[in-house]
Amino acid sequence: MSARTLSARRRREAGLAYLLLLPALIIFAVFTFYPFLKNFKLALYQNPPYPGLPSHFVGLHQIGSVLGSSSFHQSLISTLLFVLMVVPTGLLGGLVLALAAHRQLKGMAGYRMIFSSTVVSSVAVAAVVFGTLMDPVVGLLPWLGLNPHPAILDNPTWALPAVAVIAIWQFLGLSFIIMTAGLQSMPDEVLEAARLDGAGSWTMFWRVTVPLLSPTLFFGLVVGTIYAFQSFGQIDILIGPQNAAFTHTNVLLYYVYQALSIQNDPGLAAVLSLVLFFILLALTLLQLRFLERRVHYAGA
Amino acid sequence: MPERENAVPTRRPQQRLRLAARYLFLTVGAIVVLFPLYMAVVNSLLEPSQIAHQPPPLIPLHPQWHTYPDAWSGGHMAVYLRNSAIQTSIIVAGQIVTSILAAYAFAFLEFPFRRSLFVVFLMTLMIPFEVTVATNLSTVSSLGWFNTFPGLTVPFLATGFGTFLLRQAFLQIPRDLREAAQLDGYGHLRFLWSVAIPLVRPAIAALGVFSFLGAWNQYLWPLLVTGNDNSVRTVQIGLKQLLNTQLDQLNVSLAGTVIAVAPLIILLLIFQKQLVRSLTAGAVK
Repeated sequence: MSARTLSARRRREAGLAYLLLLPALIIFAVFTFYPFLKNFKLALYQNPPYPGLPSHFVGLHQIGSVLGSSSFHQSLISTLLFVLMVVPTGLLGGLVLALAAHRQLKGMAGYRMIFSSTVVSSVAVAAVVFGTLMDPVVGLLPWLGLNPHPAILDNPTWALPAVAVIAIWQFLGLSFIIMTAGLQSMPDEVLEAARLDGAGSWTMFWRVTVPLLSPTLFFGLVVGTIYAFQSFGQIDILIGPQNAAFTHTNVLLYYVYQALSIQNDPGLAAVLSLVLFFILLALTLLQLRFLERRVHYAGA
Repeated sequence: MPERENAVPTRRPQQRLRLAARYLFLTVGAIVVLFPLYMAVVNSLLEPSQIAHQPPPLIPLHPQWHTYPDAWSGGHMAVYLRNSAIQTSIIVAGQIVTSILAAYAFAFLEFPFRRSLFVVFLMTLMIPFEVTVATNLSTVSSLGWFNTFPGLTVPFLATGFGTFLLRQAFLQIPRDLREAAQLDGYGHLRFLWSVAIPLVRPAIAALGVFSFLGAWNQYLWPLLVTGNDNSVRTVQIGLKQLLNTQLDQLNVSLAGTVIAVAPLIILLLIFQKQLVRSLTAGAVK
């Protein structure tokens, strides 16, 4: 084959490759990268108090005033509290259920199906279902003798934990699936050997299972944290924009939503979006570093 | 059930006790996990006055089946379900097609900037959709796509995760197979269609189930682009609407909720393996 036809074939192959990548690249360019980068510009422009007027360049002023505002601080604190309530509880719950169901025993397939099931419930479904259970009149709380005033979802102290319970329930299915997959990928011989060495079940758990499971735990931590930062549907459905700030449930993403569709303030939304992005980026990088140092790799 | 415990007769009573404790724990866990959805089903079959009864009835003694047809037509659940089915099908099909094409290029073709372009695909995983919403809204509105299916779906027609998943699957295909096919006169597209795609069908199924779950349960974007128009509103936003408009008819709202979650329960029952596979891609190995 001559060099000429070879390079012609190479060029044809490259052409085909770009053609195959094109559809995805167009979507990414228009709906991911362009709007992401546009945030940096929008953050520098302040929107007028009345619609119709042009927005004007204010440089870093808007970023400073948003980051310094008390509503931003409140939102950030609520978001972090929400994440702290949801992620560890969801991971622990998933792990405990996965350990309990990790035996070749009769009926385990059924239990596994049940424990995974909450993964399919959408935020709207979860919100409506739990909203009914938490209702001050028709719910279970009066019957249980737990009926704070104002009602739990209007209560500045209890609204955030209540919404977190919904998110934990929803996250439990995913957490269980991740933990089960991790347990199933653990080499049986190691566990068997430890058992023959006379390790008790508690020692086994801390000395063998947890180290072997650490990659799974970290994966769950990353996925769970991102999930928690992106939750706001429960709050929108059960609490709503008028009450979110008062009940301390105005999490970052809900704040973004309100800036966009209620306050019509793309500049504010852009600043908040960038904060959200950098938090998620930092978490991912931090966890990656932590992962490299701490995590036990089989055979290492 | 063949009991391994038989081998050690002396420890049997203790082990049976442990086994019983394990089943007890699992059953309590299952009840806790299922309780909210169970109560939704129960309450959907009660009269509103019965729902408020304390203690709450745990079994519907006189089930009111009419709530389901009420939610279906009166609550527009039929329309919302149809809309969600259309929206979800477009997104799933689009993601599968664009991912297959891109993944094939990354796995089987040689071209300049292959690595950098792959990094570009992976970078999309670092940018949450929420961060792009502000500008996407104005893009969609300038295209005249408010309250339309293109507006609901086009931003989601490509996925970095799906491309990554399918590229990994394509890389498992032995190179010899491509060379053999080449000698048989197969071009790339024919090889892709009749050899590569059939071989990675499990990975495609995993991606499909994953996309389905994500698309069906979308909340933020449909909330923003379907405004107050019934004609393209999805099930999730419809549920919010149903709850707002029929507070005195909580049973109908809950019937709507059960209708909204039913397709996904069926999906889970049929495709549990594929779903688990896609959700844990990257967790193990």
